[in-house]
Amino acid sequence: MSETIAALLVFAGALFAFVGSVGLLRLRTFYERVHPPTMGTTLGTALVLAGSIVYFTALESRPVLHEVLIAILMTVTTPVTYMLLVRAALHRDRRVSHTDP
Amino acid sequence: MSLFTSVLLGAQMLLGLAMLLALLRLLRGPRAQDRVLALDTLYVNGMLLVLALGIRQGTTLYFEAALVIGMLGFVSTAALAKFLLRGEVIE
Repeated sequence: MSETIAALLVFAGALFAFVGSVGLLRLRTFYERVHPPTMGTTLGTALVLAGSIVYFTALESRPVLHEVLIAILMTVTTPVTYMLLVRAALHRDRRVSHTDP
Repeated sequence: MSLFTSVLLGAQMLLGLAMLLALLRLLRGPRAQDRVLALDTLYVNGMLLVLALGIRQGTTLYFEAALVIGMLGFVSTAALAKFLLRGEVIE
């Protein structure tokens, strides 16, 4: 039973990551394209990690919680990297519009 | 093949397809910031793929690999964004 729940959780997380990648490929401008991958980094990662916790807790019949480390890492690092990246993109766009007549 | 294995195989296929789409954006993506964003997405999808592989094999060995992939993805994306912003990584 818990195996099936874990597999379904992992599948839902993979679906979120896939939809995020489709959005990354299909949207038109960079500032639109920043949004979709965050689906994979937040809810996709959270669901896959929840599936991992459920499966290994049932397999080893003790609470397995070390997946929380990855969850904390992704929660802290994703906003930092994307804000740095968007600031770099804004800087580059401004520089291009200044140099072009 | 049981339900567990087949659903996990489907999840792995989805994640592989997601990596492929991110790779397409990495190859196509008109400017450097698009490529950096695609590289970050590729890292995250690869980390999820390694986690799904670990669940399917039933060992916690792959967890450390996923953690290292996540940390390296953060550091490389932050360094590349800093490079795009300033023209050098360490100043």
